[in-house]
Order: sequence, then C-alpha cells, then structure tokens
Amino acid sequence: MNFDLTEERQMLQDTLRRFLRDRYDTATRNKILDSDTGMSSDIWNELAELGVIGALFTEEQGGFGGKGFDIAVVFEELGRAGVVEPFLDTAVLAGGLVADLGNDDQLALIEEIIGGTCHMAFAHGEPTSRYDLNRVQTTAKTDGDDIVLNGHKAVVVNAEAADHIVVSARESGEPGEDAGISLFLVPADTKGVTVQGYALLAGGRAAEVMLDDVRLPSSARLGEAGKAYAAIEARVAAANVAQCAETLGAMDTATQLTKDYLMTRKQFGRPIGTFQALAFRMSDLLIEMEQARSAVINAAGHLEADRKTRETNVSATKNLMGRAGRLVAEDSIQLHGGIAMTQEYELAHIAKRIVMADHRFGDTDHHLERFIELAAA
Amino acid sequence: MDLSYTDEEKAFREEVRTFLNEKLPKELADKVSGSDGDDLTKDDMERWHAILNEQGWLVPNWPKKFGGAEWNAVQKHIFEEEAAAANAPRIVPFGFSMLAPVLHKFGSKEQNDYWLPRMLNGDDWWCQGYSEPGAGSDLASLKTTAVKTEDGKHYIVNGQKTWTTLGQHANMIFCLVRTDKDVKQQEGISFLLIDMDTPGIEVRPIILLDGTPEVNEVWFTDVKVPVENLVGEENKGWTYAKYLLTHERTNIAGVGFSQAGLNVVKRLAKSEMAGGKPLIQNPHFASRLAKVEIDLKAMATTNLRIISKAAGGGTPGIEASMLKVKGTVIRQEINDLARRAVGSYAMPFASEAVEGSNAGLPDPLGAGPVAAKYFNNRKLSIFGGSNEIQKGIIAKVSMSGGA
Repeated sequence: MNFDLTEERQMLQDTLRRFLRDRYDTATRNKILDSDTGMSSDIWNELAELGVIGALFTEEQGGFGGKGFDIAVVFEELGRAGVVEPFLDTAVLAGGLVADLGNDDQLALIEEIIGGTCHMAFAHGEPTSRYDLNRVQTTAKTDGDDIVLNGHKAVVVNAEAADHIVVSARESGEPGEDAGISLFLVPADTKGVTVQGYALLAGGRAAEVMLDDVRLPSSARLGEAGKAYAAIEARVAAANVAQCAETLGAMDTATQLTKDYLMTRKQFGRPIGTFQALAFRMSDLLIEMEQARSAVINAAGHLEADRKTRETNVSATKNLMGRAGRLVAEDSIQLHGGIAMTQEYELAHIAKRIVMADHRFGDTDHHLERFIELAAA
Repeated sequence: MDLSYTDEEKAFREEVRTFLNEKLPKELADKVSGSDGDDLTKDDMERWHAILNEQGWLVPNWPKKFGGAEWNAVQKHIFEEEAAAANAPRIVPFGFSMLAPVLHKFGSKEQNDYWLPRMLNGDDWWCQGYSEPGAGSDLASLKTTAVKTEDGKHYIVNGQKTWTTLGQHANMIFCLVRTDKDVKQQEGISFLLIDMDTPGIEVRPIILLDGTPEVNEVWFTDVKVPVENLVGEENKGWTYAKYLLTHERTNIAGVGFSQAGLNVVKRLAKSEMAGGKPLIQNPHFASRLAKVEIDLKAMATTNLRIISKAAGGGTPGIEASMLKVKGTVIRQEINDLARRAVGSYAMPFASEAVEGSNAGLPDPLGAGPVAAKYFNNRKLSIFGGSNEIQKGIIAKVSMSGGA
C-alpha cells in the first residue's frame, strides 16, 4: 500500500494550487459568473498551458495522464478554488468519448482539446431520463447514406461554447435498454441544432439542445452503431470521479473557512469556536472530510478496474459524497451565520457547488439504489 | 382531549377560504408559488396589504382599540394555514407585527396616533435596525450610538446596521441604539424611530447566495433624529427589544408553509419519472418524504397545543424556541426534497434569461426555483435567534428548573 502521489502528480497538484490561489479569488470568479459566457478564456488557456487538460488524457491519446488519480488530482484543485470553467465537459466527458471511440479523423480533435482551442459538450440526459443512462429517447434514423437525429437533450453543460457536441441517440430498442444507443459527433453549427442557453446556479452555463431533423453523414458516428452504452457508462464513471474530487476540494475549502471563522468571530466576548456546541460540529465536519477523502480515493483507484468493481466504487463514493457534502455545506453555512449567505463571501459559491454536485450523474439516492443492485448482482 | 375544531373555528376557516378565493389576485399567488419564478415587487406586497386592510385583516394581532381584528391564536393559525395553502404573499411583518406591538405597549399616545394609521394605509414601510456586523447572536453588544444634542432636541446617530430585510423598500427604520456606554450593555440601549430620508443614511444591498437583493446594510453618519422619535424611556430599549422578539416568534413553526411545501413536493414527485416510474413510487424518495410528513404531523399538533394554551391566556415560554428549531428543520428538509425531486433541472439559475428562446427556463414540472429556495431558506435556522441560541435558551430554562 502507498497513499502518496507520484512525483508527477504531486508537481501538478502543487503547480495548480499555487496558480489558482494567485489567480482565482472570489472577486475574479464573481466577475466570470456575471459575464455572458460564464467562463474566462484567459483562465482556460492558461490552465491548458499548465497541462490541466493534457493530464486528463492518456499518453496514447496524446496526453500524459488520464488515469483515475490524474483526474482526481486535477479536479480536487479546481474544486478547492471553485473554478467554474467546464473542463469536465470538454475533456473528461465529450473529449473522453472521442478519445475512447473515435476514428483517426475524429481523434485529430483531441490535440485541439488538449491545446485549449476546442470546446465540447456531451448531450445525453433528456427531460424524462432523470439519472438513468440508458433512458435515451432521441432517435437516429438511417436515410440513405445519412443519419437523421430528432430529440431534446436536457441541461447540456457547455453546449453554447462547444464547437462539437457529442450526442447520444437510439438506433434501435426502447428507452431503458442498453443496446441500441449510438453516439454522434455533431458540429455545433449543423442545421437543425438549436441551443437554448442559461446560467447555472452554481456557475457555468448549460442549454436545452433541440435536434430537429439534424442530418449527418454516417461518418459522424462515434464507434459502432447501437453499442455505445458501455463507453458512456465508463466515461460517466470518470466524470463522477472528477466531480467527486471537485466536491472534495470544495468541501476542504468550506471546512477551512469555517474553522478560521470559528476562531476569529467573537460573540459574548470570546471566539465562537470556544462554545462546545459549535466545536463538536466542527469536529463532525472534519471526521466526514476524512471519510470523503477516502471515498474519492476508492473511486479514483478503481476507475481502471473491471466494470462491476469500478461501478460499485463509483456509486459508493457518489452516495457518500452526497451525504457528507450536504452536511459540510449546510453546517458550514450554519456555523458561519448570515455572512455565509452573501454572494461576495467565498463560502456561498463553494456551498452551492457542493450541493449542486448532487444533481449531476446521479444523486445520493440514485447511487444508493445502484450500489444495492451492483452488490446483489 | 378533542382534536376537532369548534363550529365557530370551522366557520371562520370557511370565511378565510372564501375571502382568499375571491380576493387574492392570481398573479400574486403565481409569484408566491414560484411557477413563474419571479419575486414579489414592492407594489405587489403593498397591493396585498391594501386588500387585507380593506377586509380589516391586515393587523389581526392588534387590539380593537387600535383598529385591529384581535384574533385569538387559533384564528391566526387558521388564517396562516389557509393563506399559505392559497399561496398568498406573507404580510411584511416589520411594522404590523413587530413595531406596532411595541408602540401599543410602550409608545406615547401621539406616537400611536401618528404612526399606526400611516402604517395601515401604506404611507410608511418599516424595516428593522437590530443586527450589526459585530452584534448578531450577541445583540446586546451593538455599537451604533445616539448622542443627544446640547439643546436636547435631537439625537445624532452614528453606526451601521446589517441584514436589514427589504430595507430597500423602506422609508422608516426602527433601531436599537446605544445611548449609554458606561453601564452594563443591556442597560444602555434605546429604541429610536428613524426616517430613512434623513441626510447621512446610506442603504447598500447585500446580494444573497441565491442572487436576491433581499437584505441590506444601513449606514448612519451624523444622522439627526428628533427626540420625539424615542419610544418609551431612554436606556430601556432592551426591554422593548425583547418584547418585540416574542412577537417576531409568532407563526414561528411555519406549519402552513411546510404543508404548502410538502404538497408541492408531492406534486413534483408524482410527475417526475425515475427508472420509468413516478418518483413518488421510488422507495428511497418515498421514505424521505414520509419521514418529514410524519414529523410535520406531530409538530402541527405541538403547535396547536401551544396555540391553545396561548388562546387560553397562557404565555408560551421555551415552547416558542422548540417550535423555531423543529419548524425550521422541517421546512429546510422540505426544501431539500423539492430540489432532489426535480433532478438535473435543479441546476439552472432561475433568475437568468434563456438565450435563443422565448420560453422561460426549462421547468418541465413547473417547480420554479427550487434550488434557489433551498439555499435562501438556509437563513431560517440563522435569523431571529439562530437554532443554537434557541437550544441554549431551552437548556438554560429547562435545566434551571424554570420551565
């Protein structure tokens, strides 16, 4: 057993932490949140130069990482600083699917992604699919040499900025079946694609993506027809590792801010952290932080394992992070009092990030059910 | 023991229901239910106040001699329950149910004659100047000063108040100020009424984490206040403040809000699909929902028990603190369920416009800004004496044999 980071990952962590501490404070982020695009292209390019995106792809894909622990190291730091730029969507999800399934032409995009010049989004969830990955209703019909897509994709993060959207659609079977789902690489300016964008509560932007008779050449398909489900599940597992690590980083910031505040804020003539009722709750948060850290290690460390091991660990971690995250977010606010309710205080954004993480890639209950199913299988 | 309402109470409930049916404007109810995701404007709130005033129900807590309806606690409870179920706007409490009782009990006849009618007809909008940056839970440590001028005609006020709810709409603020620095903290505080248009007052909005400008900072720099605006006696303000806080705690359990919220969650969970079935059939979600409903049923009875005691002339003591804690925990749990219910559609930021579409934000279940509400209502366990302060009171009173 060895719980130390490799030298390369340690360096990456140090570099990222220093860079973000210098460049990404609350005022900077609030400015980004108020902007039309909801992200900073300067930050995006600078982080790309630091190798943040390259670390999310394997060497054979053109990067220098791509393993569970690489993803965890990067996203823990992004979460610690509350970075809203959608690296997860461009690189881990959409870029990852292209890297996993793409032909040579499609793979050429990976270099652009790593260089920071190409944005992507993964349009998968639908208004009634909730968190089920196989409940795809969007259809892909073959028409001569073409494929025609029709459907409605819900809350597609980074869709407005994306140059290419990876779209899932059903070529056969019924919603709720794994078989029959395909992926397509759709240039964002394709006729019939409508993107209706909006800001997200916890930063960044998403959109409803409407597909009305979107006509594509069959070469737009990623991988084999009707067999994309396994790749989607594996990529969403990687996204869950990224998101749980990001939440861990955010939780660490929340507990640090809370600890500092309890030791400096005085009421009744003494620091409020000296009241046992508050001190014990701080201790509970610190105990849950250790649980959360271990849970993320479990998920990251099993990302390359067989499907059942991987998914069992992912669901266990997501469930624990949902519970521990809610506790940390709510109690950090409560222990601060009113100040934590204000936009200009760092914790406000951090707490929103932690809680809203429970609304992507399956919530606490979804992963509890999934863990039970996987354990019984 | 009899858990049923009397015939008079039932008739009263019918009367309230009919009134709400006929007089509550639909556009206001829609805003409150969040179905169009918009917040109530000042005009909306004043419109509802005027409708209630016409009915004689704007100030049900006031004695009849001041123009109130003098409802008993059960009637107030029935009204609050029906109003919440009908999505009526809340009556803005600062003037009507916080300042007014203090004026009734401690104000001069001139003050009552002047300020109460202005309050009722909407001439004045009051806000509360209690908390300061350094005085939250420890309110008595407040530092805003009021020094009498040499001619004895004015106070000069300097300092800063914060968390001033809806202060942006207010033209009047009632403040706790320090008039004596040399005595025990609680004995040097006075209660002043201050015109917000006086030179030297600046109101700055505080944007909350859900993006709403609901609260403010209010700065006072050499603000001249006529001595006639002192309520009661100088340096007795702490007594009045404590009296006011007992009124801040009416409807503290928020049973009506919780019942309305629970109905929304049930509606959402019936239409949201999970695993191909309505979410309400999902055992994990159903179990969360059932637990909070069970808690709410018990708390509603606790609330009625305490209300009946109060209606019979008894004064609630630490029960008010107990209801505050339990009531806020339940309301916050219901807010949590609402955001859970809508899945990924909790993510959009509800106050934002949608690009490239005339439609509003994606809201397939008509849920409104459930996640924003979840975050906004974290305030419930913080303001009006945080839940930790309430637990301190419960422990102190019950273990010293005082309850």
